[in-house]
Order: sequence, then structure tokens, then C-alpha cells
Amino acid sequence: MSTESSTSKETKNPAVDGSELIEFKDVTKRFGSNVVLDNLCFDVSSGKHVTLIGPSGSGKTTILRLLMTLVKPEEGTIKVAGEYLTHETKNGKLVPASERHSREVRKNIGMVFQQFNLFPNMKVLRNITEAPVHVLGLSKDEAEQRARELLELVGLTEHIDKYPSQLSGGQQQRVAIARALAMRPQVLLLDEVTSALDPELVAGVLDVLRDIAHTTDITMLCVTHEMNFARDISDDVLMFDEGRVIESGSPEKIFSEPEHERTREFLSAVL
Amino acid sequence: MSWDWSAVSEFMPRLWEGVLLTLQALVLGSLIAFALGLVWALAQRSSLKIVSWPVTAVTEFIRNTPLLVQLFFLYFVLPEWNITLTALVAGVVGLGLHYSTYTAEVYRAGIDGVPVGQWEACTALSLPRSRTWSAVILPQAIRRVVPALGNYVIAMLKDSPMIAIIGALEMLGQARQFSAETFQPTEPITVIGIVFILIAYPASLLMRALERRLVH
Repeated sequence: MSTESSTSKETKNPAVDGSELIEFKDVTKRFGSNVVLDNLCFDVSSGKHVTLIGPSGSGKTTILRLLMTLVKPEEGTIKVAGEYLTHETKNGKLVPASERHSREVRKNIGMVFQQFNLFPNMKVLRNITEAPVHVLGLSKDEAEQRARELLELVGLTEHIDKYPSQLSGGQQQRVAIARALAMRPQVLLLDEVTSALDPELVAGVLDVLRDIAHTTDITMLCVTHEMNFARDISDDVLMFDEGRVIESGSPEKIFSEPEHERTREFLSAVL
Repeated sequence: MSWDWSAVSEFMPRLWEGVLLTLQALVLGSLIAFALGLVWALAQRSSLKIVSWPVTAVTEFIRNTPLLVQLFFLYFVLPEWNITLTALVAGVVGLGLHYSTYTAEVYRAGIDGVPVGQWEACTALSLPRSRTWSAVILPQAIRRVVPALGNYVIAMLKDSPMIAIIGALEMLGQARQFSAETFQPTEPITVIGIVFILIAYPASLLMRALERRLVH
């Protein structure tokens, strides 16, 4: 396969405004001698829901962590909404981004984590209002209004005054989704958001995400092992193996008639 | 050896003075130790070597030299540079400074104990550095180190008689002065031993109660 594994350009569904919201160009990420991402190129158009699948260690989560600037690429560039994320241009030259620049670009991105990572010292309401107030500069009333709407969306209105430790895992994850959405990001990153949940709690979280996927034009980049969920919400599925996209396309194509032998093996193992 | 109750009642006014001074030194010393320890802990984490390195050196130095030497330094050597402290101030500063190097380690452990996911969530929400520390990391870190900080308050109480040596007459100082004047050491020394327990034991019970409430 080539390093040009760009995919979403070929999809049938038109993008919300046709622009590329996320652009990975020749991105290489190593941890020591271990090459996690190998000259990766791919784009995600605005409004698309893209799911990354593949065996563990294939680099999917690293993509989300690169977008969150939790790790930095060794080579290549990443653009979000047309702006370089890990770099900035100074005097016509591309230099590593300052923390401030990265933070500005990152404001377009929200993330939901496998382990929820709610703030245990804050009640549900403040978990959601903290960033809108202190990052976006919303007034307390505006932020609380927004938080109430989002809690209604995720079905947790009655838990607004509880601490995270008083909620089930599924409820915590739904609060985490509300917290991410409160920043009105253009992109929502979902990092195996149901992996840490008891099986009976998975459906509630996936329902909320389906709802968001179908009723908003937010762009989603999703790492999951829930293949049915991936089939439901995805415009595109990217199959990763050893730091490369080995196959991509609509969920119908990937799940029904995968071309690549590795994809077939992987799917038969997980489905 | 005989026990003389009249010596006890004669000692009472001085005991009271000593208790007040001990408590004063303890409260003020603790406040200094808590505040300064946090400053050290944050400075040691600074990415600026010019900040973290000297702070580490100074705190290591203070932690590894005797409190008594530091008290002598504050009280007898500083006046050489025209900085004159009263015995109580030198005592409080000495206790606070010395114990701040221990509390710094406690804070450090507490900060390290905050799960990395909390930092990542702050990054994901683009929270500014200052907000990340003040609203997320420190409240969680301090919560888990309150019991350890409490133990240092009790340790400080037990070190507080050292300030008598530079003339701040806390309980032990008062007892020694009284016994030197009356040749009756048994009663005052016994009494202050009991008072130390009366302060320290409820304090440690309070710490345990706090620990149950805060650490889940």
C-alpha cells in the first residue's frame, strides 16, 4: 500500500461545507524504536463521522492523542480547521507551535476518554461549566444554561448536583460527553468510550452518541471496538494495522466486503 | 521523691503562658510550613531550571540540617546582618521553614498521585495552566495529603520545645525556669508532659477523623 491513504475524499456523502477539518500529512510517531504511526496521511471532512478500527497497538488511539496534543509527532504536520496544530508559521517558516497556539487550535476539539476523567472534586454541573466559564469566557448563568441543556440531552438532569463518584460508569461517561460538548467543539474525539463500562451500561452511552451523531453536524473521530456502533454512525471506516491505514471506505464496504486480508482476519476475530 | 501539689499550683500561671506560646508557635509555624511547602513543591516542578534547581538545593539543605542549628542561625547570626528577630519570631520562622521542607515532599507526593487522566482532561478542555492547578490538581492533591500534613503538625508540636533554647519560653522553657528557681523539677516537667499529650492526642484524633472524611 502507498503512504497516500487519503480516504474521505472518495466518499459519496457530501461534507457539511466540503472543507477538510482534519488533515494528517506524512505523520510519523515513534515511541523509542517502536514506530506507532508510519508516514500517515488522511483527511476528515467537516461533519463526517469517521471510525478507526484495527488491532490494539495499531496506532488508532495515538491519532486521537496527537490531535489532543497529548503526544507530539516526530515528523509530519497536522492541521485542524485549516490551522497547523503542532506547528505555526513564523517569518514564513514552519516552527513547533507554542503552547498558546496549540491551545487556540485545540479549542475546536473535544475529547471523551475511556476512563471518563471527570473532575472528582467538582459536582456534575461544575464539571460541565468549568471550561466554558474559564476558557470561553461565558457567564456563569450562560454556562449553567448550556450545561442543563446538555444534561437533558444525555438524560442526566436529575444528577446535576451529584459528585462523579455517586454516579455509575455509564452516567459518568455521559457527563463526560456533555462536558466535551459544552465547549461547542467542531470535532469530537471518542477514545474507546465504552471499553471501561460494564456491559449493561454500554447501550445507554452509545444511544447518546448515536443521537448526537444523527442530530448535529459535529465531526466525530472515533476509536471503538463496538462494530455495530461503528456501522451505525460512521460515514467512513479506516482500518489500521501497524501504524498505517490499510483499508478504508464506507461501513457497508468495510464490514461486508473487505478487500484486505488483514481486515477480514480482524473483523472475523471481533464480530 | 515526693509530689508537691503546691508546686503544681505555683507553676500554673507560668504553665499557662507556656501553653499559649507553644500554641502560638505551633499555629503560626504550621501556617508557614503549609504555605511555603506548597511554594517549594510548585517551584520544584517548574520547567525553568533556574527556578527548580536552587529551590531543590535550598530545601535539601534545610531538611538535612538540624532545626536547632537553624534556630541559632536565625536568632544569633542574622543580627550580624542587622536582621534582629524576637525569640518568638525566630522560633516561628525556624519551625515553619524547617517543616516546610517536609510538607513540600508531602505536596509533591500528593500532586504526583493525581491521575494523569486529570491532566489530560484539562488539556482536552483547554483549561489554562493556572486554572488546571487551582481548580483541578491542587484540590485533589491537597485532599489526599491532609492526614500527612496533620502528622507534621504533631511532629512540630513535639519539636517546639527547641525554641526555648533561643529564649522563647514555651512550656518546657517555663518548666525549666521554674524548676531552676524552686529546685522542684518533678512537678512542672510532669505537668508539661501531660499537657503535651492533652494537645497531641486530640489533634491526632482530629486528623484521623479528617482522614476518614477526605480520603475515600
